[in-house]
Amino acid sequence: MFDDFFIRALIAGIGIALVTGPLGCFIIWRRLAFFGDTLAHSALLGVTLAFTFDVSIALSVFIVSSIIALILLKLQKNTKLPGDALLGLLAHSSLAVGLVVIGFLSFIRFDIMGFLFGDILAVSTSDLITIWIGGAIILLILKIIWKPLFASTVNYDLAQAEGMSPEKANAIFTVLLAAIIAISIKMVGLLLITGMFIMPAAMARNLSNNPKQMVIFSIIGGLLSVLIGLFSSLELNTASGPSIITAALFLFILSLIKFKKKSELKQ
Amino acid sequence: MSIQQMKNLDKKILVQLENVGVFQNNKWLVEDVSLNVEKGKIVTLIGPNGSGKTTTAKIALGIHKNIKGKVKKFTDKIGYVPQKISIDWTLPIRVTDFMQLTHNLNENEIENALNLTGVKNLKNNDLRNLSGGEFQRVLIARAISKKPDLLVLDEPVQGVDFKGEIALYELIKKISDKINCGILLISHDLHVVMTATDYVVCLNGHVCCSGSPTAVANNKEYQKLFGDRASTILSVYEHSHDHTHSADGTIKNK
Repeated sequence: MFDDFFIRALIAGIGIALVTGPLGCFIIWRRLAFFGDTLAHSALLGVTLAFTFDVSIALSVFIVSSIIALILLKLQKNTKLPGDALLGLLAHSSLAVGLVVIGFLSFIRFDIMGFLFGDILAVSTSDLITIWIGGAIILLILKIIWKPLFASTVNYDLAQAEGMSPEKANAIFTVLLAAIIAISIKMVGLLLITGMFIMPAAMARNLSNNPKQMVIFSIIGGLLSVLIGLFSSLELNTASGPSIITAALFLFILSLIKFKKKSELKQ
Repeated sequence: MSIQQMKNLDKKILVQLENVGVFQNNKWLVEDVSLNVEKGKIVTLIGPNGSGKTTTAKIALGIHKNIKGKVKKFTDKIGYVPQKISIDWTLPIRVTDFMQLTHNLNENEIENALNLTGVKNLKNNDLRNLSGGEFQRVLIARAISKKPDLLVLDEPVQGVDFKGEIALYELIKKISDKINCGILLISHDLHVVMTATDYVVCLNGHVCCSGSPTAVANNKEYQKLFGDRASTILSVYEHSHDHTHSADGTIKNK
């Protein structure tokens, strides 16, 4: 039988995959891949601030990432720099500031590698509660804003014209991204969270012909990645976070084969 | 609803623009436009490329936020056919999903709307695989599916073949009669559009002239803008200017 920590890791991973699945689809549809990265980078600043002020890491990361995300929305409106340049500006400056602040915290030693790559095997029971309750809230809000968010993803003007308030939906969506990063950073880490967003969704795109189907496949892909990744990391004694992403890559490659066959059949 | 209220509604102004304009990057996209769209009436915006037709429509829809002047909207039931929509490959979406983009519709409502524009057979097709004309028909079907009070159509028949074009304009006219909605129509197909229109606004960065189709067609400003032959409404769209625009749209040698 598995050790207790392994069961906890599984439950945590499943919880995260359930949320990153649908959010990942929107990230892909809205071409926000680099945006997820930016938020993840800014999370490091959140982690260091959590140590400085001795508050919960999830809370601190959530607040810092939300602020960075809202600054970005504001900057996009008020400057002429293109989106990717703004993202780079915010990503690297928040990462740099985070690292500088760490330098001042010589009285505390913490494992920076742990936050870069995550440690899903160190999940505690209280972490599980954060993930599942937080995740449920995120999914619930996503369901509520689904229609305006999706409409504005397809065409912003159309959504605005027909009274869907796309600006509000966009801002809420951005905060949801910050929230899932906050609750999953301990498990998957800064550098791998974007992979969890994008790879299952990219795999799902190859297999689906409508948006709801893509969301479902994306969730399934994420769940399979977590299961395959964790079990193989146990078997092969590899790092668990990267193993999950590698499993996701493996699934993506499989989906490419399926996709190729499907397009050949059509022709 | 009492009969009196119904009567009031019949005459109701749906959207009212008062001296609106948009000033962006140190120039006016469009300036000082006033117009009303009433229930059951068709208002057509005409004008050359870059004259501010789309901008004016977007002001009426509340898409442009920083505007000069005032917009009063008296309805929330709006159907919009934008000039351009591009669907990214990353987003898998069928016609039937697109139909329900901003409203929930049941199967019947979807099929009825698609049937009206003659594309019922495309219901389960991938939206990205439609031809230009088919896509326009789907856009129109979507906009009318919930029986809006106000329809805003930005070049709704672009890419539709000539026979289909006339049929679609007839359909638009029929719909406006049937559900008694107001229509703000953008077009440069003067010859087809003008006959069915109640009120024409001729734009070129500002309102050149406006009024009934015949009044506009006989207006000097209009003839200057579109060339003499435009006054015989059925002429081919062709126009010469009293001035030229440089590449950024500013007016030179007036």
